[in-house]
This record gives sequence, C-alpha cells and structure tokens, in this order.
Amino acid sequence: MSQTTSRANQFSSGPRTIQSAPFRRLAWNLAGLLVLSAAQACFPAVGTAPSATVTAVAVSIKDFAFSPQTLTVPSGTTVTWTNLDDEPHSVRGADAQIRSDALDQHESYSVRFEKPGTYKYGCSLHPKMSGTIVVQ
Amino acid sequence: MPSTPASISRRNALKCLAYGGAGTLFTLVGGVLVPSDLAYGAGTAPARSKGVPLFVQISDTHIGFSKDANPDVTGTLGRAIELINAMPERPGLVIHTGDITHLSKSAEFDTAALLLSTLKVLEVHTTPGEHDVADATGSEYFRRYGKASDNRGYYSFDYQGVHFVGLINVLNFKPGGLGALGSEQLAWLDQDLRGRSSSTPIVVFAHMPMWTVYEPWGWGTADADQAMGYLRRFGSVTVLNGHIHQIVQKVEGHITFHTARSTAYPQPSPGTGPGPGPLKVSAEQLPAMLGVSSVTLRRHPSVLALDDRTLT
Repeated sequence: MSQTTSRANQFSSGPRTIQSAPFRRLAWNLAGLLVLSAAQACFPAVGTAPSATVTAVAVSIKDFAFSPQTLTVPSGTTVTWTNLDDEPHSVRGADAQIRSDALDQHESYSVRFEKPGTYKYGCSLHPKMSGTIVVQ
Repeated sequence: MPSTPASISRRNALKCLAYGGAGTLFTLVGGVLVPSDLAYGAGTAPARSKGVPLFVQISDTHIGFSKDANPDVTGTLGRAIELINAMPERPGLVIHTGDITHLSKSAEFDTAALLLSTLKVLEVHTTPGEHDVADATGSEYFRRYGKASDNRGYYSFDYQGVHFVGLINVLNFKPGGLGALGSEQLAWLDQDLRGRSSSTPIVVFAHMPMWTVYEPWGWGTADADQAMGYLRRFGSVTVLNGHIHQIVQKVEGHITFHTARSTAYPQPSPGTGPGPGPLKVSAEQLPAMLGVSSVTLRRHPSVLALDDRTLT
C-alpha cells in the first residue's frame, strides 16, 4: 500500500486529476485481487469457476447379476458395488485395480476410476456373471 | 481283478439309488464302483457294509455361512463327522470336494480345520471350491492346504491300489464362462496317468462338476472333455464333485460321475429360481437334504454288493 501510495505521490506531481485516480483504482483492484487470492487459498470454493466434481456411482449385485450391467462414468468417478444377494459375490477385473474380497450380503467395495477405458469384470464365485465400466 | 458282467445291473442300481436319502455308499466291485444309500437325517445307523469303506466324500461345508437356509453349519458338519466316526468299519480317508469355507476368511478356515481334525480317519484330502479362493489374493486356502499339491491345487496319490487324482477347476474363471482346468493342469494329468495299467481304479475329485450339469448357472467345467479323454481307457473311473449341493449322477462307459450333497444347505434343482443360491427348506426336511457319500472297495469282485437303504 505504501508503495502504491508513493507512486501516486510520484504521479501526483504531474496533472493530478487525470493520472492519480486511475492509479488509485488499479491499486484497489490489486489489493482486491490479493484478498481474493488469499480467500481462495483458504476457502477454495469462494469465487472459483466450477471444476470436475468427484462423483460416486452405485452398482448393485442382485439375483446373480450386476445392475446396471454396463455403466458409463466420467473420469474421476468412484464406483461402489453392493451385494444384495444372500449368496456372496466378488468383483474381479483383468488386474489388481478391480479385485475385491468375497462380499457377504450388504457388504460393499469401491474403486475410483481415473483412466478412460473399458473395464470388464466378473464374479469369481459365479463365472456366468459379467459387467462393464466405461470410463470417459 | 477279473471283470464282472456287472454294468447293466449297475446302471439299474444307479437309477434306483439316484434319489439318495442323505448320502451315497459306493462299493467297488471288480474295479467297478456301485453306489448305495446312506441314511443321515433319520438318525438310523448305517447298515453294515459288505466291504471295508475306502473313503468318504464330504463337500460344501461352507463354514461361515449363517443365514436362513442353515444358521448352524458347524452343527450339521459336526453331525456328518459323527456319522462317519460311527461307521462300523471306518474308512481310511476323507475327501473334501471343496467350499470348506463360505468367504475364505481366516477364522472360517480355523473352525473348519478344528472340526475336520475330529474325524477318526488316517488322512483328509481336499480340493478348493470357489468359496475357498474368494479372498482378494486367493492365498488363504493354499496357506493351509497347499502343501499336498505344492500350491498348484492339483496332485495325485495311491491308496489301497486305487489311484486318486485331485484337480482344481475354480481358478481363472473368465466372465460369462464355466469352471476350467487350464492347459498346465491338463498336461500334468496326461503325464500322471501315462503308463498306469488301465485296470487301476481311478478316483478323480474336483469341486465343480466335470460334466455340464446346467450351463446357465455355470455348473460345468469348460475343458473337462480333454481330461476325460485321458481317463477313458481305464476300466473304472469315478469322478466325484461338489458345488451344486445335490446328488446328480451320470454313467458314461466305465466312468461314473457323482456330485455330493452339502453338509451345510441345499440348492435348487437346475433352473428353478434366479440362481444357484441357498435353498431354504423346513427344519424337518433339512437333514434329509444334507449328507456324505461313502465308497467301499469289495475284495470279492464276483459278488455285486448293493446296500438298499431307507430314504429319509
């Protein structure tokens, strides 16, 4: 502020009414930006443009089937499978990214998908069951 | 052992006994296995067998299960063990055809091992069910029972002149598929059987049925035909499976396929209901739908040994 003031004083030696006022406005704008930046650091939601929010999506395991069988989600989504059958099921994909333990009734398992692609999976106890997650 | 003209009678016997009360007694006559019933739920003591029981098959004990269909699976396994221990002539072996536990949990394996240790037999052999390799790394079963097969899941041994082959068909399911043996295991089986006299009785045990019982529920093994190809030359082959919690039998030449009851809970017959889950029946009915299967080796092959048991 003092710096700004000194500049204003510098300019004020010239035609004051024309140059000092815009500079004062600039100074206030700068100050405002500083306050806003500080606010953003502490409270990120304040005045920020909406970015990709983290969403959670559910797949239910019912009657020996994954529902929905094919699910399309945006990158960054966490998918949660919940077993509603009284028979255990598991969720197993091609690699360790999708690899649950056996899920008893009402137990859940979650995976966060970052990389776009098509992820096929099944149940290690019931080979006829299959599902797909499409990440866009 | 001289062969006997027993095949026609054996088939008829199989048909009569396919309903099975609570278990099945197999009698090996002249290298040919003949089944007969073993009552369980009615509390009747098994009638004196006409030979020394070779082994008893138990299956699908599902320790850890605790829902309507049976809230006391440790109790029903305990009764199955009591039945075996009370046999007037006890078998030397017990073969467990898998689903020892329900969720592959460590505590479940502990409880199962404790119960199975009360069996008054020489050895207990196992093959895992899909419920036994359902932990994320699939390692819990092998930690406890992997030694016999060097952690491969398949192995063979000989007992009383019978060659036993334990196979594993619950790993590496492909989504939408059936159980599978895999090329490595099949190559091993081919090698294991090579050079053995075709008069050697063979017993194969694996969890999933080795023939297609019901494809929509995955009740079969995709590459079993190749295994059966190696077995076809033998004079007596008995394939024992579990998984479906009910007795289904099939005879194909010299090969008898037999699935066992569970000691935990029954499952619906193929296609009845949304899937192969636990079937709730009345408390009175339950014991009659659980059981064990006993296999007896007759040393006098000229006599067909058939024990007719009361259905419970």
